[in-house]
Amino acid sequence: MNDTPDAPPDITLKAINWNFYYGSNHALHDITMDIPRRQVTAFIGPSGCGKSTFLRCINRMNDLIDGVRAEGSLLLEDQELNSNDVDVIALRRRVGMVFQKSNPFPKSIYENVIYGLRIAGVNNKSVLDDTVERCLRKAALWDEVKDRLNHSALQLSGGQMQRLCIARCIAVNPDVILMDEPCSALDPLATSRVEDLIAELKQDFTIIIVTHNMQQAGRVSDLTAFFYMGKLIEMDKTQKLFTNPGKKQTEDYITGRFG
Amino acid sequence: MAVHLMRETDKLKKMVLSLAAHVEENVRAAVRSVIERDQALAYRTIETDHLIDIAEVDVEEECLKILALHQPVAHDLRYIVAMLKINRDLERIGDLAVSMAERAIQMIAKPKPKTTFDLGAMCELCEKQVSHSLDAMINRDANLAREIWLSEDDRIDTMMAEAFQKVETEIREHPENTEPLMNILSVARSLERIADHATNIAKDTIYMVEGEIVRHRKRKYREQMAAAQQNASPG
Repeated sequence: MNDTPDAPPDITLKAINWNFYYGSNHALHDITMDIPRRQVTAFIGPSGCGKSTFLRCINRMNDLIDGVRAEGSLLLEDQELNSNDVDVIALRRRVGMVFQKSNPFPKSIYENVIYGLRIAGVNNKSVLDDTVERCLRKAALWDEVKDRLNHSALQLSGGQMQRLCIARCIAVNPDVILMDEPCSALDPLATSRVEDLIAELKQDFTIIIVTHNMQQAGRVSDLTAFFYMGKLIEMDKTQKLFTNPGKKQTEDYITGRFG
Repeated sequence: MAVHLMRETDKLKKMVLSLAAHVEENVRAAVRSVIERDQALAYRTIETDHLIDIAEVDVEEECLKILALHQPVAHDLRYIVAMLKINRDLERIGDLAVSMAERAIQMIAKPKPKTTFDLGAMCELCEKQVSHSLDAMINRDANLAREIWLSEDDRIDTMMAEAFQKVETEIREHPENTEPLMNILSVARSLERIADHATNIAKDTIYMVEGEIVRHRKRKYREQMAAAQQNASPG
């Protein structure tokens, strides 16, 4: 099976026996996986399988919940994330996140993009202008909004708002972009724009996407990981997983014969 | 639950089974028309081939519909893709049965030529290979399919080579028999090609069941098997 030992995989994020608990609820069991650099990894699995929980471990979003506890190791570029020493603010600059429902701030389009930079204390107008143009171009939104950068972001369409959130996310130049069902509230055309964008962005960023849409996982990702009941059942090249999965559980889930 | 998809694949399965049954029937009829010099059977084979053509188009449309509307994955995807390809092989087998029946009509019009080549044995082998490949497909039997791919097909090829050799010699010895002998060779050629399509069906069955594309890999596969056997037997 492993007859393609291409180049040694360049790993951005590594989980080793990662366990996660919400109080007494053991939500993730011994997750061990490597997320390769500048590739798209899709997490699939039924609701409650732990894929979003795992995604939120990567930028320590779960810290906001009382009674959570983690065991094991989660390494971002060899830095242990399961440690009290981690500067969570700095971590979240390195690990950007795009949510299911787009969440632009009630500010202008311009201010939304440079929000992260402003917090970091950048005030040089030309740097900010450059960032806005570069990121909006990368997010494939520039042509649509360049004449109204000072308009409120809330006037944009759903798909445009989501791309604005992606522009805001990449403005701080993260290592990893986490996407939690980024297209589930978008129509097919806007979905296709965001999917095209994912293909562009992977040239610069490592992307992890949680999706309930199996066809979307098939279209956008290089690797797919299937989670079930808090366990990583199978992770493989997307093409392999969707044509000839190794595990019966994966087969049953992706062909819709579950339970 | 993918109830809709299952309903569609069940329907497709029935369509392919009915097509396969018709094709198998026509091969049998064509063979008998040659061996038993049965003109009526030959005509029936030729006349019913258009039904196979119609069924082939129907199966293809059904497969395309399922791909477009259900976007199947994993074994469902492999099943539909295998059916698309097997469908074409079945239709070609039908066409070759017609070629045989046409030769049969020409042969019946002339006295039976003497030949040492055992056409009957080749017919039997070919029919067996067709029915085995269809059994493998229907029962999702990758082991039977592998047997067809690895050994049965070679036997037919050997017989074809023998047919060439014998008929060539006999034409040289009895040039007056050239036409009927050429007809025999032509029938042998059709049988060989039918067996090739049956082998394709076997190969697509292996893909359907196991997800591995085995085409063009016979030698490599045999080498692997031999190596595995050598490793297994100590000393």
